[in-house]
Amino acid sequence: MASIYDIQGIDNAWCPGCGNHAILGVLKSALDELKISPENLLMVSGIGQAAKLPQYMKGSYFNGLHGRALPAAVAAKASNIGLTVIAESGDGDMYGEGGNHFLATIRRNPDITNIVHNNMIYGLTKGQASPTSSEGIKTNIQVDGVFEHPFNPLAVAIAMNASFVARAFSGDLEQTKEILKQAIQHKGYALVDLLHPCVSFNKFNTFQWFKDNTYYIENHDISDRNAAFALAIKEGKLGLGIYYKNDGRAVFEEQLESNKADKTPLYKRSADRNAKLDKLIKSYI
Amino acid sequence: MRIFKDDVSIVLCGEAGAGIQTVENVVSRIFKTAGFNLFTSKEYMSRVRGGSNSTQLRVSSNPKNCYCDRIDIFIPLDKDAFKHLYHRITDSTVILADKDVIGEIDKPFADIPLSKTAKEIGGIIYSNIIASGIILGLFKADFSHFEKIIKESFSKKGEDIVANNIAAGKKGYEIAGNILKEVQIEVKSDASLSEKMLISGADLLGLGALAGGCDFIASYPMTPGTGFFAFLAKNQKEFSVAVEQAEDEIAAINMALGASYAGARSVVSTSGGGFALMCEGVSLAAATETPVVIHVAQRPGPATGLPTRTEQADLDLVLHAGHGEFPRAIFAPGNPADCFYMAQKAFDIADKYQTPVFILSDQYLTDSIFCSTSFDKPKIPVKHIVETDSSYLRYKITPDGVSPRGVPGYGAGFVCADSDEHDETGRITESENTRKAMHEKRMKKLDGILNEAIEPELIGSPDYKNLIVCWGSTVETLKEALEILNDKDTALLYFKQVFPLHPKTSEYLKKAEKIVFVENNFSGQFESLVFKQTGIKATGYIRKYDGLPFSADKVAEELKKIL
Repeated sequence: MASIYDIQGIDNAWCPGCGNHAILGVLKSALDELKISPENLLMVSGIGQAAKLPQYMKGSYFNGLHGRALPAAVAAKASNIGLTVIAESGDGDMYGEGGNHFLATIRRNPDITNIVHNNMIYGLTKGQASPTSSEGIKTNIQVDGVFEHPFNPLAVAIAMNASFVARAFSGDLEQTKEILKQAIQHKGYALVDLLHPCVSFNKFNTFQWFKDNTYYIENHDISDRNAAFALAIKEGKLGLGIYYKNDGRAVFEEQLESNKADKTPLYKRSADRNAKLDKLIKSYI
Repeated sequence: MRIFKDDVSIVLCGEAGAGIQTVENVVSRIFKTAGFNLFTSKEYMSRVRGGSNSTQLRVSSNPKNCYCDRIDIFIPLDKDAFKHLYHRITDSTVILADKDVIGEIDKPFADIPLSKTAKEIGGIIYSNIIASGIILGLFKADFSHFEKIIKESFSKKGEDIVANNIAAGKKGYEIAGNILKEVQIEVKSDASLSEKMLISGADLLGLGALAGGCDFIASYPMTPGTGFFAFLAKNQKEFSVAVEQAEDEIAAINMALGASYAGARSVVSTSGGGFALMCEGVSLAAATETPVVIHVAQRPGPATGLPTRTEQADLDLVLHAGHGEFPRAIFAPGNPADCFYMAQKAFDIADKYQTPVFILSDQYLTDSIFCSTSFDKPKIPVKHIVETDSSYLRYKITPDGVSPRGVPGYGAGFVCADSDEHDETGRITESENTRKAMHEKRMKKLDGILNEAIEPELIGSPDYKNLIVCWGSTVETLKEALEILNDKDTALLYFKQVFPLHPKTSEYLKKAEKIVFVENNFSGQFESLVFKQTGIKATGYIRKYDGLPFSADKVAEELKKIL
């Protein structure tokens, strides 16, 4: 389906059949349906195949360093609170290299959406274990199989009272779009752990594996943090859908002194501070 | 009768938490109000309680803006303090100490009964104010100034506390009166002080940042970079500055870049170890052409080193930080006015050339307190941001390498910034030709930065035969050393911008028969840089790396030997 976010003539670096293609399409549809203008959208990404997504759609982007999309996204939003900001990257980027920023961003609760393309493997470096790799899978580095326990982003996020926590699967376009729409509309930090297969390097968590090992959570009260946490730590199949939503938390950028009295972007404010400077200088005399 | 004329060095020493800071604050403000030139510097241990910390107060008829080894009046608050600075005591040092605390020592001293008198007034807590009273009494500073500052400082704590502190000050003046039977102090007051600021190096840099339009800081606390961070935090409301304490230095620099990309004027403040963590971010700033100012307050390394002490050993780090090649500018202010103007300029250069710009200070500079001339109507910063249209190219190739900078949400264009090599639109490319063109475009900006480089300042006779070369915080010390040397053939060349070097650098150096570099480091980092850039070799050097600043008297002696 055509989207106002479509662009032509771009050389796409993703493998045929990669789940990222589906995620790109679904994200564009979600933005279309939410009537967010490309001029007002800012995509912030790290490094990896997932992090290339902003290159393939209309809009402004800041494609920064591996693991460091979140701090840049939080600060961009703080400097211009009118922007719709989406930080997206892969599981290695967000949960591994950027783990500390993941925790700190949940604490801050900026009004941004965090999409983590979780294929449980390092794709761009050709197939090493990621923080979410299943125990036992063999790679060119983990030659006898992964023996570390996989990271559970949902449980961590809910434990820290993240204000929106969801999991989706790229194999289900319609439901994923709905989850993304709710995440983007949520005022506060919204985590979407987005499962998708890596057709080239993850021979274990295949499309079929995700089909067989996921289910949609039902009859769940998303305001119930304890129930959400219980679901997040449940062994076995991975539940899809919105786990937890808390509308009671203040957002980071609105608590900054710089944005309390004035909501205009920082760059639009007057550069003439001489009256204030004069007063401050005099206070030292 | 011992006589001290025109320049008196007073040193207070005691354990951390003993209140030396309170004495310094109160005494400095009163001296300044009473019209005395004042400079203070401190050396302290990396601990919250105990140990021995000292503060030097130099009170003078003319400004003396630097540290000196000489101690005229030494006030050790405990026995350890006496031992800590024993090596700096000479026959002309007057020691004032509380006999009840210090006991027997092997030097003559005048008894100042701080603890006994404090208890009479209402508690040991008053001993700091009694000590303050003694110091000011020695200079016969009008007591009305003392009362005024005490009222300002303690009025929130109630009338009784104010009254007790005034009584404590009076007792101090009485004790000083007894000491003045043996000691004579002649320091002239200076009317110009009523127009001057009493301000630390860190605050001067902070003021410069505000004048430069800074409206975003993210940092992780690290001594001695924290003072600058705290200054902006303190003034965030009035100046609408976004302030965030990041989870680590990596987050700090990436936040600064995210903010700057969205249009803020951002800064980070740190020290060597924290800056080491930021290095990948420095490279990102360069690749994405995102302006950022990085304040690195140096302290001795390697690793944790001496966390609260001073050194000039991170020039090489800052000069080479970040992988790949890219343009940068490094400012190293050394006196109050330069702290302000260089910090202001750093923001303009960063914004104009869209690249990382450094302010290199150190513990000695940031912690020192100066009587500084004030700054009238600073230049209003120019915003180098354009409204985009639908044909906007973030990395448009231009003759001077500077592409018009758009920000997201301002205009019909898209602002696509990429750390991967990119084409003019900002999209990833691996084209050899595009890579070459884009790399040349970025490097081209160095020409513009060089055109705006600040010329080194020559102090002394232009017909010099000997040239002392310094950069950053050592300048005021060397100025005084130059006065001590009093040699018409010797001048001082002070660099406040250390990269890129002003084109006239060679000219200055070539004129000299002897060139002596004075640096607070082991390997002569600036000397090497100057040699690399100009091919001119120094004939001598003086280096210091014990964690302490140079002292004017000692460095003058050493210069005499080699000039």
